[in-house]
Amino acid sequence: MHPAPRALRRAAAAVTLALLATAVGCAPQPEEPAAGTSSAGNTCEKGKLPTRTSGRLTIATDEPAYEPWFKDDDPASGKGFESAVAYAVARHLGYGKDKVVWQTVPFNKAFAPGEKTFDFDINQVSVSDERKKAVDFSSGYYDVRQAVVALKGSKAAKAKSVADLKDVKLGAQVGTTSLDYIDDVVRPTRAPAVYGKNDQAKSALKNGQVDAVVVDLPTAFYITGAEITDATIVGQFENQGGTPEQFGLVLDKGSALTSCVSRAVDALREDGTLGRIEQQWLSDAVDAPVLK
Amino acid sequence: MTVYKEELTEGSGEHGGYVPSQRRLDRERYQRARARRATAIGALSTLVTGAVLYLVVVNAPGWPRTKETFFDWEYAREAFPKVLEGLWLNVRLLLVCGAAVLVLGMLIAVARTLRGPVFFPLRVLAAAYTDFFRGLPLIINLMIVVLGVPALRLQGVTVDPVLLGGTALTLTYSAYVAEVFRAGIESVHPSQRAAARSLGLSNRQALRYVVLPQAVRRQVPPLLNDLVSLQKDTGLVSIGGAVDAVRAADIIAGRSLNYTPYIIAGLVFVALTIPMTRFTDWVTARMDRRRAQGGVT
Repeated sequence: MHPAPRALRRAAAAVTLALLATAVGCAPQPEEPAAGTSSAGNTCEKGKLPTRTSGRLTIATDEPAYEPWFKDDDPASGKGFESAVAYAVARHLGYGKDKVVWQTVPFNKAFAPGEKTFDFDINQVSVSDERKKAVDFSSGYYDVRQAVVALKGSKAAKAKSVADLKDVKLGAQVGTTSLDYIDDVVRPTRAPAVYGKNDQAKSALKNGQVDAVVVDLPTAFYITGAEITDATIVGQFENQGGTPEQFGLVLDKGSALTSCVSRAVDALREDGTLGRIEQQWLSDAVDAPVLK
Repeated sequence: MTVYKEELTEGSGEHGGYVPSQRRLDRERYQRARARRATAIGALSTLVTGAVLYLVVVNAPGWPRTKETFFDWEYAREAFPKVLEGLWLNVRLLLVCGAAVLVLGMLIAVARTLRGPVFFPLRVLAAAYTDFFRGLPLIINLMIVVLGVPALRLQGVTVDPVLLGGTALTLTYSAYVAEVFRAGIESVHPSQRAAARSLGLSNRQALRYVVLPQAVRRQVPPLLNDLVSLQKDTGLVSIGGAVDAVRAADIIAGRSLNYTPYIIAGLVFVALTIPMTRFTDWVTARMDRRRAQGGVT
């Protein structure tokens, strides 16, 4: 046996051992440092919450930030429904406009396990029991309904009921309750088209690749009002199972902030702030025929 | 080792032929012992490494949640049939696009290697094609074809996202494959062509019967690479709304915020790739055997 390879092999073995040792040593990192305070520290002291960056509140949303939820793709403008809600919640928690930091987090990434980089995420996320297994939700800040949008004069635009939509080629964005409405309520005979982003669904509608798309009602009003002006809202769906579908703020599972944020949302609903913001940014999203 | 046995049975015959010396028997016994020892150490080392890795993962503080989100049996069961249904779209696209890519790629490669001033425009076109589509990111190509072409509202042009997506995939991948073919063609030594020509074969015949068969054999591994790559990229047609295996997983994951369906989709793709690799290995080995038979003169 030559001495060089043996030395080399020993070195390799030593390095492997060292690597494994570091891996084991590194592994037990504390994941939830605030776990203990979540039960005890429910005081929600203004401006002193256990946030990611002490003294600041980090709020996340996706990019692009769509109208009418945000204005001009700029969450920090305070304009648009969700931007206004986010700042109202922040103010209630004791963080002024200058203490709020915005962060871009893709819709799907916001739910990935592991440490979150934000304090809460606001991105038209519907609250559901199934989703609650993965993340924490605040109280709902908006009751949302799903609506069908089709090109004016098309066959789909003449639909008067859910049954009329059975043979229509429908499209929706993946991961949305809009898609669930297609699968669970309409149960169409043709498989729905599923898009990664609403933008692609919109262009497919324009191109005639789908007859109609399902989106939430405010988005539907924005599409027909500003983006595809030769499209029309066919109608909105009724709530399923009597409980309204609500958008909630997304927090890390077991976050110390959940109860504080929920209380802030509840308070804003009670004192009428949420109603005023809704009136200001989503006022036209009230009347659309209901599809039964 | 087999040599030793054969020799022993042969040698120990009544002809008084070769009988291995005691020294040789000792040497071989020693070598077998060393080999056994190496195997044992290798197995033990693998076992220890595996156990340590397993313990590191399982003892990670986030493991219970990771397990819940990525390895949930209920979601796996729900996702599997839907992922398979979506996979059928991937497989059909792979077969159709794969065939189209091979044909188109070969045509482009041959066009690029044609000699003579008459073919100059053809050569330039083929070069421009490969340069353009190899450089153009596939996702942009798909966007343009799947979402842009229907916007033109051309009569008689389909708006089906699967057909359009397949077209985009074929455009991009035939540019890659054309380069593989060209490299293969140019790797055949010029003496082969010269020999073929001197035997009286025409330029076309030399290409068809002498150069291409040799070239294709060398191209099998890189071609397979491109094919596997194509197989995974077929999922990108979901940009146009079609539901493939990955998008089917997406749909469940988006509703439940559980990532198990992605694991299922990933495994299904791997399961599809492995038989493909083994199959091409077998084809290559068979080609090599045939070449060895005819080649020794």
